[in-house]
Amino acid sequence: MAARPPLIRRTDYDRERTVEYEVVRLEPASAQSRAAWIFLAPALGLISIFFLIPVAASLVLSLTDFDIYAVSSLHNARFVGLGNYVRLFHDPVFWKALGNTFYFALVGGPLTVAVSLGAALLLDSKVVRWKSFFRTVYFAPFVTTLVAVAIVWKYLYHPQYGLLNWALGKLGVHPIDWLGDPHWAMPAIIVMAVWKNFGYNMLIFVAALQSVPEELYEAAELDGAGPASRFWHITLPMLGPALAFVGVVTMIGYFQLFAEPYVMTAGGPLRATTSVVLYMYEEGFRWWRMGFAAAIAFVLFVIIAGATLVQRRFVKGEA
Amino acid sequence: MANREAPLPVIRFLAAASMLALLACGSASRDQVELRFWGMGREGEVVGQMIPEFERTHPGVRVRVQQMPWTAAHEKLLTSFVGEATPDVAQLGNTWVPEFEAIGALAPLGGLARSSAVVDSGDYFRGIWDTNVVNDTLFGIPWYVDTRLVFYRRDLFAAAGVTQPPRTWSEWRDGMKKVQRAGKAKWGILIPTNEWAQPIALAIGSGSTILDERGRFGAFSDSAFARAFHFYVSLYRDSIAPTVSASEISNLYQEFAKGTFAAFISGPWQIGELKNRLPDSLQGAWAAMPLPAPDGQPYPGLSLAGGSSVVMFAGSQHKREAWQLIEFLSEPAQQAEFARLTGDLPARESAWKLARLDSSAAMLAFLEQLRHVAPTPKVPEWENIATKVFETGERVVRGRVSEKDALAQLDAEVNAMLEKRRWLLARR
Repeated sequence: MAARPPLIRRTDYDRERTVEYEVVRLEPASAQSRAAWIFLAPALGLISIFFLIPVAASLVLSLTDFDIYAVSSLHNARFVGLGNYVRLFHDPVFWKALGNTFYFALVGGPLTVAVSLGAALLLDSKVVRWKSFFRTVYFAPFVTTLVAVAIVWKYLYHPQYGLLNWALGKLGVHPIDWLGDPHWAMPAIIVMAVWKNFGYNMLIFVAALQSVPEELYEAAELDGAGPASRFWHITLPMLGPALAFVGVVTMIGYFQLFAEPYVMTAGGPLRATTSVVLYMYEEGFRWWRMGFAAAIAFVLFVIIAGATLVQRRFVKGEA
Repeated sequence: MANREAPLPVIRFLAAASMLALLACGSASRDQVELRFWGMGREGEVVGQMIPEFERTHPGVRVRVQQMPWTAAHEKLLTSFVGEATPDVAQLGNTWVPEFEAIGALAPLGGLARSSAVVDSGDYFRGIWDTNVVNDTLFGIPWYVDTRLVFYRRDLFAAAGVTQPPRTWSEWRDGMKKVQRAGKAKWGILIPTNEWAQPIALAIGSGSTILDERGRFGAFSDSAFARAFHFYVSLYRDSIAPTVSASEISNLYQEFAKGTFAAFISGPWQIGELKNRLPDSLQGAWAAMPLPAPDGQPYPGLSLAGGSSVVMFAGSQHKREAWQLIEFLSEPAQQAEFARLTGDLPARESAWKLARLDSSAAMLAFLEQLRHVAPTPKVPEWENIATKVFETGERVVRGRVSEKDALAQLDAEVNAMLEKRRWLLARR
């Protein structure tokens, strides 16, 4: 066994304390990196088998017209170059789906973040009682199975017997065919998604709010800052990292909108709730046009990557 | 949201892993042949009760039945083909037969059927038998049958002065209008805007072949299809049918009982449902009738040739035993037993007599309709084409596009979809 390396004692005058450094003899660089590679190998192997190779394969797939006929024999598949992408950009259903996805992400995303922040502020406020009860109640929708939730919401949205239209009727509003009218179907899906998802983000905000030092608020109050300016100048900046995290995760999730329209509307009426992922699923797994579906997947990947970069820059600049 | 739930590939991997585990468990002894049979939904559940009789009469053959839900069946069958793990015999929805033929998954059955003492093609409904014939070769034996016809409230129609079932489209339309005008029902008929069976049944009834003979181009602008399409969209336009999708109707039977609509187009399973779900007071009030025909064409109008077939896979190692199982399931006595167990309609007319199905009026309406059915186009792209039809109908109903333009667009869309098929046909 090697002897313990000597300690070097230095005095850190700035902080008026003594610090001990340990001298470590470095291994030759090559041996060290070999060890690193060996330790990383299992993870890298798994990543390349289950991630890199499939991604590369689907990129190749997106350049072919692989479909149900090609399942029987690869001779029935043709290399089409960028043909799938060209077809995609001339496909009205794709543009409709893209528009719907942006609608959902750009309206539903900020709405979810706002609602979860609002709920977190309420839970953090000193006047609210039974906090853990409300925290559980608000979080419950997030852990409930989507299909069960969707069935209940379908009843709520029912044009004739739904609770929502009954309540609106009391206010004198004519019944709205929530899921059947192409104009209302997406808002209806957004409302349900916000309700279902805000609980998770709320918990993150609650944790972040608890880490804001109380002294800051006390000092601001002494300086005469009201509740609004305390929120703008203390709470919001201190929540910066949490806000960025929640914003990015929510948005990535919302660009992948699938289950809600799949269960509630099957993409209808008039394709008003068909999202890009739902369209990809239909093309790939319902009609087996794998090449075309792979092209859709790549376009979606580029969009999500782009949106994430934009959002990161935006939040960094602000915080 | 997709990202926080178990992604599909993970589920598939787990499913494949558990399947392997199952395969490892069951092992047949050496002198016995083990057949693998895949059934779907209720049929897959019930067929197990018939297997002991087969195994008794065929010593040395054992059958392992695997049941799969309808929603997963198509994907599972395709995956099994790619993975060279197809069963010996399976149930297959008869509109799927052309698709599985196209990928070369099915074994031809024509020779076996011709020399069989059990399978007698003359005893089967002709239109249904035809769904199993692709490019003049037989690939499936009908197991049970299914078609679409009209269920209606006889009492409401009678109260509005319509006492005889309509035989032509114009009589039909007038009858439904009368019921509405007399205030007996809010809507004349329910046809969900997102179902293809109804517009396609009307098109077949009007004599349209939907695609050209070899399934290379759409025939949607032809007069036969255009006539049916016009009838279909005018039902919505004239407010005879409500513009609603199937997912918006929370309880069909309740609404039918309340008289929200006086009729709907559906399949044989509704006979049992209506008996169970309508109040006793209405049990004598509903009836079923074959589809009326377009004016000037023979009654009844043709409808869809639906149902399931039993097929043999090309990869089966035990074709002789597999055919024995298909023959067993095709025996009139077994057909009758199967009908008793499932409530499905037998594919052979002789089994109808054995099961005494020809005693109820609703069943007789189905028997009459089943003698007048025609298959949908036999191309793998069929279901996708069918969904395009109702989507086009919905665009017209909601006033987005004119009828004529819509049909031209439909032709263009479907022709683009069939491009690959044309390329393959030209290469043959």
